[in-house]
Amino acid sequence: MNRIDNLFQNKKQDILSIYFPAGYPNLNDTVPNLELLQTAGVDMVEIGIPFSDPLADGSAIQAAAKQSLDNGMKLRLLFEQLKDARQTVSMPLILMGYWNTIYRYGVDQFLKDCKKIGIDGLIIPDLPLEEFEAHYKSDFEEYGIYNVLLACPETDEVRFQKLITATQGFLYLVSSSATTGGSVKLDEEHKAYFNRIKKIETPSLIGFGINNKESFNYACQYANGAIVGTAFIKALKKNKAKDFIKKIK
Amino acid sequence: MNYQADNKGFYGKFGGAYIPELLRRNIDELENAYLDILESEDFKTEFARLLNNYVGRPTPLTFANNLSAKYQTQVYLKREDLNHTGAHKINNTIGQILVAKRLGKKRIIAETGAGQHGVATATVCALFGLECVVHMGALDVERQAPNVARMKMLGATVIPSTSGNQTLKDATNEAIRDWIANPHSFYLIGSVVGPHPYPDMVSRLQSIISEEIKEQLNKEQGNPNPNYVVACVGGGSNAAGAFYHFLDEKEVELIAVEAAGKGIDSSETAATITIGSTGFIHGSKTLLMQDDDGQIIEPYSISAGLDYPGVGPIHAHLAETGRVNYISATDDDALNSAKVLALNEGIIPALESAHALTALDKIQFKKDDIVVVIVSGRGDKDMETYMNNL
Repeated sequence: MNRIDNLFQNKKQDILSIYFPAGYPNLNDTVPNLELLQTAGVDMVEIGIPFSDPLADGSAIQAAAKQSLDNGMKLRLLFEQLKDARQTVSMPLILMGYWNTIYRYGVDQFLKDCKKIGIDGLIIPDLPLEEFEAHYKSDFEEYGIYNVLLACPETDEVRFQKLITATQGFLYLVSSSATTGGSVKLDEEHKAYFNRIKKIETPSLIGFGINNKESFNYACQYANGAIVGTAFIKALKKNKAKDFIKKIK
Repeated sequence: MNYQADNKGFYGKFGGAYIPELLRRNIDELENAYLDILESEDFKTEFARLLNNYVGRPTPLTFANNLSAKYQTQVYLKREDLNHTGAHKINNTIGQILVAKRLGKKRIIAETGAGQHGVATATVCALFGLECVVHMGALDVERQAPNVARMKMLGATVIPSTSGNQTLKDATNEAIRDWIANPHSFYLIGSVVGPHPYPDMVSRLQSIISEEIKEQLNKEQGNPNPNYVVACVGGGSNAAGAFYHFLDEKEVELIAVEAAGKGIDSSETAATITIGSTGFIHGSKTLLMQDDDGQIIEPYSISAGLDYPGVGPIHAHLAETGRVNYISATDDDALNSAKVLALNEGIIPALESAHALTALDKIQFKKDDIVVVIVSGRGDKDMETYMNNL
């Protein structure tokens, strides 16, 4: 069974998923960061594949990606770093990256390498669902890699139902109309959106703007858990990763 | 062979809309509306009226006597430099602002490199009383102070982009992020780039250039078709517009000139079609400059308007099908051609347009060939560069 399915079957609430870019803050920090997060009790991790032009991300994640690239991070090197990660890391692992990097690497080779390492799913914000279904779905299935889709407050009901059905593993719910690194909005408009989420049976996590215990708890009222990225990266930068996880959990 | 976008925005294998879900609704809204708007009588009338009595169209097709003698061929110049705001960019901004108005949008977002598209956008926003936010790389804000001042005088807010290398590519990223954060705004893209339907919409709006060339040549020589049409290409909007009505006219040879910067073999170039490979940038599948890891490479050209690491998907397709011959010109080639045009015809071209003029040196045209070169903009904005380099 895919580790993502396993997680959502065994844990229905307060799931904490952490995002950080590979090779950050130092080139060889990828696996030590994973081990630290597992020890701290995090449920799932999204490893960011750094890209020069991350459209859906805010300035903090772009700056971290740039640092990672300046450190010498490359997709080939990331697979090399993760080669033996499964000996110490058992939680579900997701790679999050932009389509250009994956396309350039070669989609088939990429999926093959993901499977070899034990990657459970992918989040590719700029690969549209229609393109995925027309050209890549069967390849993903062949290698047992999930394609996790995003939905956002601007998503209309028809599209929302389509995304719920098509996503694999869970639905990534973007908290508000913004790139990563903002704050969750707690106004009425967003409450209506979150209430829509509450009714769905597909496992879901809320991300974008989850930056402390308060927003984490708020998100957990509506979804199975939440994803923290920018706030964790800031903690990593200050060498306070462990404290940050302890505080949010 | 079909050279236009299909209903999903694909030109052959290039194009499409590779966008985050966050932009889906905005793109769908535009995609569902743009053709109906562009083809409506009410749009056509208003667009034509503004192009005529505000922009100053039709722009002249000037027979270049002295250049023709010098190069032993028949050179015509399509004078986009004589448009209001000094370049072809305003054809597109007038069109898109009319689309934005019909979609009920109140806030306009634009990206700009050299500032020409930013000025053209600020101009139409002032004309229609709409809020205007222009994203511009922090480095370009410094380099293009006069255009920043023009935008501000026109009432626009200029936001310096501090991410990445702080040039056009980064300004485009920031404009897209602004659109994600402000979904009720309208994103007014400046070239035939970005996700569908932008490349097709901008091509159609710029197609007025080739429409006029046909009419003018027909009047002048009784045949609407020249032997050659030559245009510069960065993102590729003036070239797309200049080629548009000639794409299916097999006897017309089309030549596009990219910016080679310091040379296509140097690391400082912007010749995307010559050295690029297939990938995805700003929501479009196209040719782009990237490294082995799929990271986008910073382009370089002396001309800020050609300094873009991608190219419109229509050009990727026209290159692949061989319909258009893509050549490249270095900074020095372009500077020299600018000087030749100034001294022989009394026209100081924009540095971008100077790249198109280099074709007269690079290609041996026949004595009777009719060669139309697009002067996409005027050189006022480039005077500092000219003074430092000539």
